[in-house]
Amino acid sequence: MNLLEVENLCIWDAGTNETIVHNSSFHVKQGSCLAIVGESGSGKSVTCRSLMRLNKAWIRQSGDIRFKGEDVNLLSAKEMRKKRGKELCMIMQNGMRAFDPSCVVGVHCKETLGAHFDWSKSEMEAKMKRAMESVMLKDPISLLNKYPHQMSGGMLQRMMIALALVFTPDLIIADEPTTALDTISQYEVIEQLLLLRENMGTSMIFISHDLGVVRKIADDVLVMKDGEIIERGPINMVFTEAQHEYTQYLVSTRRALSHHFKKLIGEEL
Amino acid sequence: MNIWLSLSKDKLAVMSLLIIVATLAAGIFAPQFAPHDPTEVNMQLKYAASSWTYLLGNDHLGRCILSRLIYGIRPSVLWVLVALAISVCIGAVIGFIAGYFRGKIDAFMMRICDVMLSFPGYVMTLAVVGILGAGLEHILIAFVVMKWAWFARVIRTAVMQYSDMDYVKFAKASGSSHLTVIVRHIVPVTFADIAVISSGSICSMILQISGLSFLGLGIQAPNAEWGMMLNEARGVMFSRPELMLAPGLAIIIVVSAFNFLSDALQAAINPQLKTAQRKLQASEVRVSSYESIRG
Amino acid sequence: MGSYMVKRIGIAVPLLIMISFLTFVLINLSPLDPAVVVLQAQDIPEVTEELIAQTNEKLGFNQPFMIRYLHWAASCLQLDFGVSYVTGESVWLTIAPAFLNTLKLTLVSSVFIIVMSILLGVACAMREGKMMDKSVRGIAFFLTAIPSYWLASIMIWYFSVHLDLLPTSGMDSYRSYILPVIVLTISYAGIYFRTVRSSMLNQINEDYVLYGRASGLSEKKITMHILRNSLQVAISIFAMAIPIILGSTVVIENVFAWPGLGRLSVKAILSRDFPIIQAYVLIVAVAFVFFNTISDIINAAMNPKLRKDL
Repeated sequence: MNLLEVENLCIWDAGTNETIVHNSSFHVKQGSCLAIVGESGSGKSVTCRSLMRLNKAWIRQSGDIRFKGEDVNLLSAKEMRKKRGKELCMIMQNGMRAFDPSCVVGVHCKETLGAHFDWSKSEMEAKMKRAMESVMLKDPISLLNKYPHQMSGGMLQRMMIALALVFTPDLIIADEPTTALDTISQYEVIEQLLLLRENMGTSMIFISHDLGVVRKIADDVLVMKDGEIIERGPINMVFTEAQHEYTQYLVSTRRALSHHFKKLIGEEL
Repeated sequence: MNIWLSLSKDKLAVMSLLIIVATLAAGIFAPQFAPHDPTEVNMQLKYAASSWTYLLGNDHLGRCILSRLIYGIRPSVLWVLVALAISVCIGAVIGFIAGYFRGKIDAFMMRICDVMLSFPGYVMTLAVVGILGAGLEHILIAFVVMKWAWFARVIRTAVMQYSDMDYVKFAKASGSSHLTVIVRHIVPVTFADIAVISSGSICSMILQISGLSFLGLGIQAPNAEWGMMLNEARGVMFSRPELMLAPGLAIIIVVSAFNFLSDALQAAINPQLKTAQRKLQASEVRVSSYESIRG
Repeated sequence: MGSYMVKRIGIAVPLLIMISFLTFVLINLSPLDPAVVVLQAQDIPEVTEELIAQTNEKLGFNQPFMIRYLHWAASCLQLDFGVSYVTGESVWLTIAPAFLNTLKLTLVSSVFIIVMSILLGVACAMREGKMMDKSVRGIAFFLTAIPSYWLASIMIWYFSVHLDLLPTSGMDSYRSYILPVIVLTISYAGIYFRTVRSSMLNQINEDYVLYGRASGLSEKKITMHILRNSLQVAISIFAMAIPIILGSTVVIENVFAWPGLGRLSVKAILSRDFPIIQAYVLIVAVAFVFFNTISDIINAAMNPKLRKDL
């Protein structure tokens, strides 16, 4: 069964009449992970935001977006808000900027949990604590009282994953969650995302331009270029028998890089 | 050249530019444009309404208001531009030295700028005029003394930003002399920033100089100046309020024209800012917070 | 936070010393011999060499420069700014009541300016690009091009003379405040509302707003976060605005015959009464540094990140 079905999605800028995404259709199966790959400006992020209706007012969208059989475009603003966070959860690219810089991170957690559940303060704290511990954030209570600038990007990224854990959403949209991180934090975050999928069976849309990461986490891949989907299919197929020359180019450069890297390492040894 | 192209598409900017050019021309060639001698007193025409010979009528001494308005462009606008040019030059030299060589020179010069900028503009002008006495040239000196620090600050930031660019580093590394690097690679790119900030501060300077003349601290009678004309009109404000109109509107029109031009210039120089609202606002915060310091 | 305050005030002290020195230097740059000015101001008919020497001796003008500065700075700290060349009265006694009057006008106007700027700025930012935003910005653009004294004169003519509703000048009752405050609000709110608007728009585009929305926060809660962050910028600018308004009421005070610092200083300039000019410049510059420091401290209290930067 498909959790999310997108048909003929068009996105355009009403101010300049520029089309950002052309007529794309795709779907996400229950419990699977779809990766969207492409260079910056290819329309990946805009597509994902359109699923949650989070684009700017002057960016318009048309087409069908059916989430659990319901057309997202037809929901009222209030119904949409109820779905955001609880059923459709987003993990942002830059943890450093995703939290209000002048509030401690706990404020955001409390406000979002309060917006969806009628939990008491201690209940919230207990749930947050458990979720944070499971994403390897130590000493959760004192972390909740820290300002974003006092934490690292990787920690904030895991904070967002912890929040997702508490909400147990049906679909997680991760918008380049590892791009802004160093390699070690990248590894930690990916591990957590994998665990999240394993434990909760959540479906996921994973946006990235890092094919290595994508290969590790995704089941299916979409390749976007200039607002169009140019390639789609199961992960292995895209890597081995890419149809479009752009995808071939992406895969071959990645291979060349790692090949070169391996060669260098080999020579060093 | 792109700047001209995008400016020419902006109707408001073109109109502003026309107004400014016309004003400057009228000021420079005042003897040719003005129908009468601006200081010629004719008591028979005291408070005369507008007529064909005296298009805007006559003031309390029967002098031709139109001619006074045209001659008034010189102190009100032209001399302001001269003062502006001088302070931009001083600011540019200091800003380039501080931003390019950095280190101790930079720290030292920026401390001086800090002190200069910690005086609010109006007070500084009053202080200088207070010491030297009333008079147009003293106000202009005050402007130069007061504004260079601000220009030095902005130009320094721009220079620092550009001298960090790879092509400048490359030029330095490939052995070009400091002067060549500055003149060939940095001056052309900072020119845009300089244009934006100076066009922005013309407005406040025009308003200030007319304000000081209005207080009687500027140009001395019988010379014509817009603020001074308003001061004279104010004496008879209760009986002849219409005398306030012409010089007041002249100031408003010229200042608005500079305002619009400066805005359009900013948009033209940074075309991507038009769509990406974000940066525009960032620069707007910077510019408007300076405008607020104009005092 | 405590250590931040100490450090921030520590920065202000050398700045104050430099400002006082600069003020002293400025006055001493005057091409006129101060003794001659004193004598002329006192209407002494014939200024002789002997008289000049006497005056120099009496007022200590012939001591070395640094000594004079230290003397002057020490007496300034005790609020002794010398005596007016013209009236012979104490500068402090002349300037203090005027300063109070100006401060009253400044503070009342500032309240109106700040309230108007925030209201308009927030309203425009929320409706960015809509009719209301465009028209308010257009009007504000036009209003900032109007010389404040011209607007003041027109308003006096209309409201005080034509309609005979309000006093034309002076400082008698609350009604005297109405026109000057309106004029100052019009000239400054037009500038500051743009600052509020643009800092608000900057915040609207921040990632935390998107994340808040993506987490299902209500628009009300999100607006509160945006306001909290954008007002930080605004507050520091407003704290700076107060001394700027203080310095620039000069023209307005003269139009409305407000018995404040501005009128006093213009009178002093025209009669070349240096001690008064000196005290005026110093007082306003000190006020400037004072409000600047306060603004930084408030900012640091609201934005913990800034505390580290010093």
